[in-house]
Amino acid sequence: MKSPRLMGLALAAAVCAGQVDAEELTGTLRKIKETGVITIGYRDSSIPFSYLDDNQKPIGFAIDICYRIVDAVKQELKLDKLEVEFNPVTSSARIPLLANGTIDLECGSTTNNADRLKQVSFTNTHFLTATRFVSKKSSNLKSIDDLKGKSVASTSGTTNIRQLTEANAARSLGINIIPAKEHAESFLMVETDRAVAAVLDDILLASFVAGSKDPDAYVISGDAFSRPEPYGIMLRRDDPAFKKVADAATAALFQSADGQKLYDKWFMQKIPPKGLNLNTPIGSELKHEFAKPSDSPDPDSYKAM
Amino acid sequence: MAWPLREPGLAAWLWRTEGFVNYHWNWRIFWEPAPNGTGTYLDMLLSGLVLTIETALCAWIIALVTGSIVGVLRTLPSKTASRVGFAWVEFFRNMPLLVQLFIWFFVLPEIVPNSWGLWLKQMPNAPFYTAVIGIGLFMSARVAEQTRAGINSLPRGQKLAATALGLTTAQTYRYVLLPMTFRIIMPPLTSEFLSTIKNTSVAITIGLIELTGEARAMQEFSFQVFEAFTAATVLYLLVNIVVVIAMRYLERALAVPGYISGK
Amino acid sequence: MFANFDFDVIRRSLGYLFFDGMTFTLTLTGLSALGGLIFGTLIALMRLSGLKLVGRIAGLYVDLMRSLPLVLVIFWFYFLVPYIGQWLTGSSRPIHVGAFVSSLVTFILFEAAYFSEIMRAGIQSISKGQPAAAQALGLTYSQTMRYVVLPQAFRNMLPVLLTQTIVLFQDTSLVYVLSIPDFLGAASKVAQRDGRLVEMYLFAALVYFIISCFASFGVRRLQSRIAFVH
Repeated sequence: MKSPRLMGLALAAAVCAGQVDAEELTGTLRKIKETGVITIGYRDSSIPFSYLDDNQKPIGFAIDICYRIVDAVKQELKLDKLEVEFNPVTSSARIPLLANGTIDLECGSTTNNADRLKQVSFTNTHFLTATRFVSKKSSNLKSIDDLKGKSVASTSGTTNIRQLTEANAARSLGINIIPAKEHAESFLMVETDRAVAAVLDDILLASFVAGSKDPDAYVISGDAFSRPEPYGIMLRRDDPAFKKVADAATAALFQSADGQKLYDKWFMQKIPPKGLNLNTPIGSELKHEFAKPSDSPDPDSYKAM
Repeated sequence: MAWPLREPGLAAWLWRTEGFVNYHWNWRIFWEPAPNGTGTYLDMLLSGLVLTIETALCAWIIALVTGSIVGVLRTLPSKTASRVGFAWVEFFRNMPLLVQLFIWFFVLPEIVPNSWGLWLKQMPNAPFYTAVIGIGLFMSARVAEQTRAGINSLPRGQKLAATALGLTTAQTYRYVLLPMTFRIIMPPLTSEFLSTIKNTSVAITIGLIELTGEARAMQEFSFQVFEAFTAATVLYLLVNIVVVIAMRYLERALAVPGYISGK
Repeated sequence: MFANFDFDVIRRSLGYLFFDGMTFTLTLTGLSALGGLIFGTLIALMRLSGLKLVGRIAGLYVDLMRSLPLVLVIFWFYFLVPYIGQWLTGSSRPIHVGAFVSSLVTFILFEAAYFSEIMRAGIQSISKGQPAAAQALGLTYSQTMRYVVLPQAFRNMLPVLLTQTIVLFQDTSLVYVLSIPDFLGAASKVAQRDGRLVEMYLFAALVYFIISCFASFGVRRLQSRIAFVH
């Protein structure tokens, strides 16, 4: 009969309509306005982007950028108080946790690529890095082909392990790939000789080598598995209003003098907890991107000045 | 459609949150090629299943053999044997399996002489061997307890009659006690075997990419969380059903006619 | 052999290990045991209720949970709970749940299957005379269960329930797969940060061993004191 069905549809419509907020905010912005809390996903050991200091507090380059986004959100929603909560994420859990609402922003060392854009979206790029491998100098491994038949570690859920897997298949290297839960674990495998090499983004490798007990024992390969790819802060897909706020905040930061200062703070000066100085001057592609911020996943679109 | 779903009001209530489900379904992911070049994602999962079964079987053999020996030890008249058995069971029962795997995998290579340690670490398939030994020994404690319970549940007369016939202790166990014990404890042993299969999933923490590990890898490469885990769930259920049916046949084939082996 | 090991790292991280890690583990164990017992008893009652559909659903639930590895269930619920929360509360977005709540839900639902089998055995072991007498006295079904059957079943099965709780205590270590900071997770973090795997893992093993040992001895003593009432 038509009547009950119409009633049912009306009921459904009423229930759905009840959800629409009078202020017409949608998605993450509405969630933040209603709950007064924004949750940031951070990493355990993605130095210097997002990691834990001695007091188990999350700090880093990406965390500072996210604080700027939080400020922008606070201004946009005209809130007096915006509570910031932190939730640890691993490489393999970050995307599902973003989708299921556990975190609102993922601030770490996540590569922006076309595949991931099917599930999430990214704001303006904050770093460019290529995938390389680190090994002990004594192992004498120079090129990717030298890894043939060896045990190589990488972190699960990263583009690095994916590129390693694909290279392994394409070049028939017969590498025994050991997946680790976190970046620190990948590097630890090389330190303890469980793996001869670890494949990660070269900036992360540089920070692990610098922070290790014996930095001179390691060498980062010249060979790269990929072109320099962009890092971006992850947001939920289909949420244009929130992305607009994030894009505006990051663009404002990068284009101002603060952007360069923030970069220097984490890459050219001593960073907690051990006072490491990574001494990595800003690359020309990244400098160009800071001047004209972009959220493109295509590595080729990032050209030098 | 069944009655409840034909009620429009109820249907509306059930699907009311459809709007914000921010998840991108793709059930055809199983037929898409996996990045590790070995075929489709389904092939990935199946290779994980094979590894699960291999690990479980090898671990189970270790568990059965060592567990039965320890269980027998605990029922021997000798006090030392009894204490050794007791210590074995307590040692492997009171630590979580995960911790035991870590000790075998991370700690052992570091506390043995350097060259052995290096050999252990560089061994290809180290996670497999470690998992087999770790899970095998963990389960051996439980098999030991079941064996002990089984032996103790036999009528005392059996052992006494065997002694009266002039059989040594070894012969008593071999010809009188153990055959019946194993028939009696087959149902609990079935569930211990199923436990062993489930416990192989703990080994993903030491790098054994068995079924659960492959499901996770599939989730990480394809971002299809629920599809991957649903497939793994279905496969585990299938394995369960197969094992239960197989064990039932085995039980029936080995049953001693007329002997009530408690079900 | 132990010359270049630094056992001091244990002393330095004791606070973090026990205040953060062990409290998480113990709280999770306690609350899951309680929740699992309550939910498990409900399921046992459903199976024994004589209503075909209800019993069938309960049976399927128990079989499902007992066929799956706990690691897989942990993964499932970690990603699924916010969507379930969203569906249950009719909210407009997935509910934000933290690691603790997600683990709690996982363990309660998982252990309930095991507790329900124990309680079912316990309820069935009560002689039929008890509920019959209760009915003769005019008690309703729920009153019979609440005042006559369940207390006795619980008391009889207490040692087995406690043993299952000890198993649960050990199983909580599996939240490691999600980098959730329970006791083992905390030990791991310190181990990886300072490169002291041997010291931390041996210490963690020792702690788990001591706690489980004491608990099992306690249960054994309890077992010798509880008489089986028929």
